[in-house]
Amino acid sequence: MARTILPFGPQHPVLPEPLHLKLTIEDETVVEALPTLGYVHRGLEKLCEVRDFNQMIQIVERVCGICSCLHALCYCEGVEQIMGVEVPRRAKYLRTIWGELHRVHSHLLWLGLFADAFGFESLFMQFWRVRERIMDIMEATCGNRVVVSVNVIGGVRRDLTPEQCKWIEEQVAIAEKEIRQLSSTILNDYTVKKRCCGKGVLTKDQAYQLGAVGPMLRGSGWAQDARQTGYAAFGELGFEPIVEYDGDSYARSAVRFRETLQSLDIVRLAIARLPEGEIASKVKGKPQGETVTRVEQPRGELMYYLKADGSKHMDRVRIRTPTFANIPPLLAMLPGCELADVPVIVLSIDPCISCTER
Amino acid sequence: MLETIPLSLDQVAAVAKECFDDGWRQVTMSAVDCGEAGFEIFYHYDKDLVMRHYRLSIPKETVVPSISPVYFCALLIENEIRDQFGICFSDIVLDFGGALYLEAEVRAMPFCKVSVAEKQS
Repeated sequence: MARTILPFGPQHPVLPEPLHLKLTIEDETVVEALPTLGYVHRGLEKLCEVRDFNQMIQIVERVCGICSCLHALCYCEGVEQIMGVEVPRRAKYLRTIWGELHRVHSHLLWLGLFADAFGFESLFMQFWRVRERIMDIMEATCGNRVVVSVNVIGGVRRDLTPEQCKWIEEQVAIAEKEIRQLSSTILNDYTVKKRCCGKGVLTKDQAYQLGAVGPMLRGSGWAQDARQTGYAAFGELGFEPIVEYDGDSYARSAVRFRETLQSLDIVRLAIARLPEGEIASKVKGKPQGETVTRVEQPRGELMYYLKADGSKHMDRVRIRTPTFANIPPLLAMLPGCELADVPVIVLSIDPCISCTER
Repeated sequence: MLETIPLSLDQVAAVAKECFDDGWRQVTMSAVDCGEAGFEIFYHYDKDLVMRHYRLSIPKETVVPSISPVYFCALLIENEIRDQFGICFSDIVLDFGGALYLEAEVRAMPFCKVSVAEKQS
């Protein structure tokens, strides 16, 4: 059968960011997909040569706006490891609270975009309406909606008052109720299932061998999440990952939906157990050494390799973002699918191209 | 501090195969420009949330065997390293020829601190 090469992106209604896929199709079936990147590469890692190790926090927060808090957390934990800084317990809990709120707003954003990808406009608006409540919490407690900029080397720069904690608990309870009202639609609606079930299947073995991370990995049956390593306050709070087994677009969306509710529980638990004390340790000196740190971003495992030579600049800041890891699995998922399903499958990995290219 | 396992050039593919067969997931690779001493490439693997790091030290202009025939997901990482550091990999399953992020006419390796490497065709 004759083959046609079709460009998908970099401008496409379902892609908030530019990713180009060269799709080879036979009739309506995709037989091969090749990626092209480089539309938003900013060379942020290189900036460690001109920004000092404290200023780099603001740089890594801008790798990805949606998960800015977790980028800063990963970087700060790395520098703290190198410098041997002990972070106060209260700061660890506060980092957990803001980190999980970031996960909630990221997943709600994605669930809305995903609904929009298969034409469910009202569901899109409902998820984004709930997300606004989380953004309000962020604005009220950090001063910013997206790039909250609370992490510093040694702790956090902002604290929560008892009144703010009480208010957050109230808002989280309302958000949970509103999210649960949408569960029957996103999980059981005929249209949603028709567009997602069996689409873009990634088997359990494929997910592991191709280096998938986050909901991509857990949607294919692997109970692996960087939160199990106990970063921030997870060592004390405990954590069990959410797992689905079908490996298709529906399983990945179900993981994200259930993780949204789980993160709200974690926020509540962290507030309930929030210890008294300092929010930051004093940090003296300059980092010297190298380390690797990992945290769980909404899209999956985020890894930083840091090397410092004792000067005020980091010698190397290497960032491995989750979407970068999830592109090879995407290339394996697309062959064999219908052309009409490509947008849904691409969006099911929750692509963040500014993260990927840095 | 980071505990690493030294790796020689002729062990790269064999160790990757061994890790693959033993159930290690490839997390990523990290390249570092060490100036006159050349480059260091770290191979990061994970199994049950435990990480293992291999350290390969190479002079500049060394061609490194690709591990993408074993770990398909390494193809983007190796292409990115080639873009940024000018390190060439042999037998990558999908070779972007130094133009994953950069335009084809770019001749300087942006992540190298001092040297400007010639791209190999």
